[in-house]
Amino acid sequence: MIHIKNITKSFGSFFALRGIDWEIHPGEFWIVVGPNGAGKTTLLKIIATLSTPSDGSISFGDSGLKDKIATRRKIGFIGHQSFLYPNLTAEENLKFYARMYRLANADDRIHHQLARVDLWDRKDDLVRNFSRGMQQRLTIARALLSGPEIVLLDEPFSGLDQQGIDLFNNLLKSLISPHRIIIMITHNLALGWELATHYAMMSRGKIVEKQKCKAISLEEFKNRYRELTAEGEA
Amino acid sequence: MKSLFPILTIAWKDALSEFRSKETISSMVIFCLIVVIIFNFMLEPGSTLIKEMVPGILWIAITFAGILGLNRSFIYEVDQGCLLGLLLCPVDHIVIYFGKMLGNLLFILIMEVILLPLMVVLFNLSILSIIAPLTLILLLGTLGFSAVGTLLSAISVNTRAREILLPILLFPVSIPILMAAVKSTNHLLQNGSIGEAMPWIKLLIGFDIIFLTVSSLLFEYVVED
Repeated sequence: MIHIKNITKSFGSFFALRGIDWEIHPGEFWIVVGPNGAGKTTLLKIIATLSTPSDGSISFGDSGLKDKIATRRKIGFIGHQSFLYPNLTAEENLKFYARMYRLANADDRIHHQLARVDLWDRKDDLVRNFSRGMQQRLTIARALLSGPEIVLLDEPFSGLDQQGIDLFNNLLKSLISPHRIIIMITHNLALGWELATHYAMMSRGKIVEKQKCKAISLEEFKNRYRELTAEGEA
Repeated sequence: MKSLFPILTIAWKDALSEFRSKETISSMVIFCLIVVIIFNFMLEPGSTLIKEMVPGILWIAITFAGILGLNRSFIYEVDQGCLLGLLLCPVDHIVIYFGKMLGNLLFILIMEVILLPLMVVLFNLSILSIIAPLTLILLLGTLGFSAVGTLLSAISVNTRAREILLPILLFPVSIPILMAAVKSTNHLLQNGSIGEAMPWIKLLIGFDIIFLTVSSLLFEYVVED
């Protein structure tokens, strides 16, 4: 479980996050939406231990931000950038991350993940020769290599064509597990809605609304988001 | 020992990437060639000035070409978004610093292995009798330069004028190392023995320890938001 308690984050006099309270349980798939500058990525970075909150606390089951290494072991991160080295092959990239995570049975895991994203036949190809869609599939393999309990996604659909979105969507569905927390920042409301169990709307550094997706319809969700975006820009 | 494996893994990754692209080392070697050849045109063969000038030429070539490599080191990570991936790995950030530093050190040392024989031929130097202490000085000087250069490369990479900012930050900070490196190389080449170079070598060791410690401790703050 992730327990976020009254988190604020400031950069000088600018407050990116203002008092975020949030509890996330295993099996939940959250989508986080909000206008640009709402603080979504800052919040995700704090959850990913890449940034320290100015105030408040965050705990991950039995570990908190004090044991960042143990927490990072639980996290798989998929962003709009791939975190892949273009001059290494697909297999070498995964080998690199497997070594950094000191994973047991690394070869088996790499084989399994490459087969899962349908890239086993291209394992010896350099990543610089991969299309954006193939890179994003390899990104999923990289993020899941360590079997993370928490998967964080930061606008994973950006830059993908329709075929890539469909493929990525299917892979995303396969991530859903009762033992895993998934948090996805997205601007693609329909795609996010299809997969999520919960949503959180952010504006000006605050979570202004959070609840189960079942509670409202997609149309209502879109309307609320539209209103929020208009308020955020006003 | 537990941290050694990820340090070597990062250096292995950098070396393998460079082996494939050859972008960094080739530009460093070409820059060195240009520097050394220009100075070779300037100095008459057999001139007594050569022995006095060579330590300066050697370290000018190393530092300027080294900056090309140090600049690439984090630009490569940031442009591909890989720095975030590295920072997410379950290792202390100090491990990432040492891994990147080791990679940078390796590239500059490879460049020196090409540079040194070239200088021996062009400036008609005889270094066989002093090869061991000269290697030690090169290693210590390069280590200190890479130590502080890796930290400053991580600082400058997130700025708009990153290619320009690194030399502006690096040269003033690395003056103690460069001074000790040039002085010790000069004493060694002039006298043919390590005796008079020893105080400068000790100073070099001292600066290496200080720069490695301070840079590795500061790295955490540089890479965090």
